[in-house]
Amino acid sequence: MTSTTYEPPAAPESDLRRSGIRLGDLLFKGIAILAALAATGLLGLIAWKVLDLAWPAIQNFGLSFIWTEAWDPVTQDFGALIFIYGTVVTSLIALVIATPLSIAIALFLTEIAPRRLAAPIATMVELLAAIPSVVLGLWGILVFGPWVRDHLEPWIQATPLGALPVFSGDPSQAGILPAALVLTIMIIPITSAICRELFIRVPQDLKDGALALGSTRWEAIRGVVFTYTAPGIAAAVLLGLGRAFGEAIAVNQTIGNRNTIPTSWFEPGDSLGSKVASEYVGATSLQQASSILYLAAILMVISLATNVVAQFIVVRFERARRGV
Amino acid sequence: MSQLAAADPYDVTVKSNGLRRRRIVEKVFGLLAIGAAIFACFILIAVLTTLVFKGASSLNLDFFTKPRPLFGEKGGIADALVGSALIVGMAMIMAIPVAVLVAIYMSEYAGPKVARSLKIVLDVLNGVPAIVVGVFVFGILVVGHGQSAVYGAFALAILMLPMVSRATQEILEVVPRSLRDASFALGVTKWRTTWNIVLPAAIGGILTGVVIAVARVAGETAPLLFTTSIAASEISGDVSHALPTLPVTIFVFSESPDPGEQAAAWAAGLVLIAFVLVMNVLAKLFAGRKRRQLEGS
Repeated sequence: MTSTTYEPPAAPESDLRRSGIRLGDLLFKGIAILAALAATGLLGLIAWKVLDLAWPAIQNFGLSFIWTEAWDPVTQDFGALIFIYGTVVTSLIALVIATPLSIAIALFLTEIAPRRLAAPIATMVELLAAIPSVVLGLWGILVFGPWVRDHLEPWIQATPLGALPVFSGDPSQAGILPAALVLTIMIIPITSAICRELFIRVPQDLKDGALALGSTRWEAIRGVVFTYTAPGIAAAVLLGLGRAFGEAIAVNQTIGNRNTIPTSWFEPGDSLGSKVASEYVGATSLQQASSILYLAAILMVISLATNVVAQFIVVRFERARRGV
Repeated sequence: MSQLAAADPYDVTVKSNGLRRRRIVEKVFGLLAIGAAIFACFILIAVLTTLVFKGASSLNLDFFTKPRPLFGEKGGIADALVGSALIVGMAMIMAIPVAVLVAIYMSEYAGPKVARSLKIVLDVLNGVPAIVVGVFVFGILVVGHGQSAVYGAFALAILMLPMVSRATQEILEVVPRSLRDASFALGVTKWRTTWNIVLPAAIGGILTGVVIAVARVAGETAPLLFTTSIAASEISGDVSHALPTLPVTIFVFSESPDPGEQAAAWAAGLVLIAFVLVMNVLAKLFAGRKRRQLEGS
């Protein structure tokens, strides 16, 4: 493959030709640098432009917008609390359910499953991540939602958990809980894929050492694998959380889109991304959209912060491991 | 390894109390891990079989060749298929050259510190929610000009850029140093070495990254809502206006109470996911072979 791509050494060249070659090098490097600058600039431009778009609303409503519980186009009363609640609660429920499941899947694939079984299951988990959110949302609202309403929510109410106010009220097919569960499905493949990468890189001799000292497989995992990869797991969880915060479409389809903070997780609510997504038809003028753009800016700040913290942990983690 | 942990009957180091509990914990852990893996596979199969059962019956020639029905008539999603193909195609043209150049800069020119910072920038860019990218493009392009397929493509290109860039950069780093050295030793300049030696060696990995990114953005709805969603349901190739797309069509139909539109949403979802899955499986087969080749050389 490689031998055919060699070019014969250049014949002796004139000064002009040689400077032309240097020019080519400079030009190519210049273009590559420009591209890298453009990518970096793009991130800054997005952050600046979204804040700039939200600026009229930020000036109008001030920071109290963030903790104001109101969304009434008639009285022009707007606030973000309803949507921040929806975003944070759905994402945290998803996180709490998805994290142990993702870690368990990653452990199964790296520590338990025979190689022949691990490869196809890993592929299936990856394909779960490939399902477009709009398709998962379609399934969520038409199939999964009714199942949650008819089976899962009555079952939760029958357990002692049913006494909690968040599990009170009538089961419904669209609400905080169905949206959170769809988010769970979305972040499991992300978190488990990263955890799997982490667990694969734990040195085998450390695990063997723990096993040789008489620990069970679980004890070896708890003592060696988790200790070795703890910061990485934290980063993986944060990346999953960032994804859950930012998901607009599947949540929009399953959360029920109501402008209230529900007492029960069975009831409909709304999230930042979902609210922004559902206003697309009205988004023809800036005036009309200013508080929506404020919501988008809040969402951007939350997810950027989550991602930056995750990246920071990854960098620290890699530096520490290089030091080992 | 599993035998080692399980076959531990002569525990000389500890008094045997707690051993039973430890064994139970071990068993429970194993079962939970298997259960979690089965759960994930089950969800995938559940979604796929639902799509096939609810969508397959609506698939026929008309579905692929006729535009969206207006009121209750029989029709198809040809308008959305054309729109999606054009928009994703334009996004590829915008994103791939820049993405590959960024990767080349990272792996061939930049120092380790700059390369690491760029990696973080790309990863953070990758983490910007798709809906925020849609709002951004709305703000810089759509306001004052109106929606258009080109702006939708630009939004998708922003999502593709970090994905393709990171995939390319990772494969460029696997290209053996010796290949570059051999080329330099023959007097070939750096940019020609990169262009004629390094890129051809890495093309398989780059294509894998592109295919996965295309599969991912082809199903993205959020960036298109603000950029190319309000469109007439007719087959059109005029990219200066908003064009209907597959994901937006599914999104609108999925929230419709009309069973006919829900059926169309299932069928369109089936078409979309078939495309996404085929792309993913192809990418996987291709990636495995190419990487082995590179690492073998």
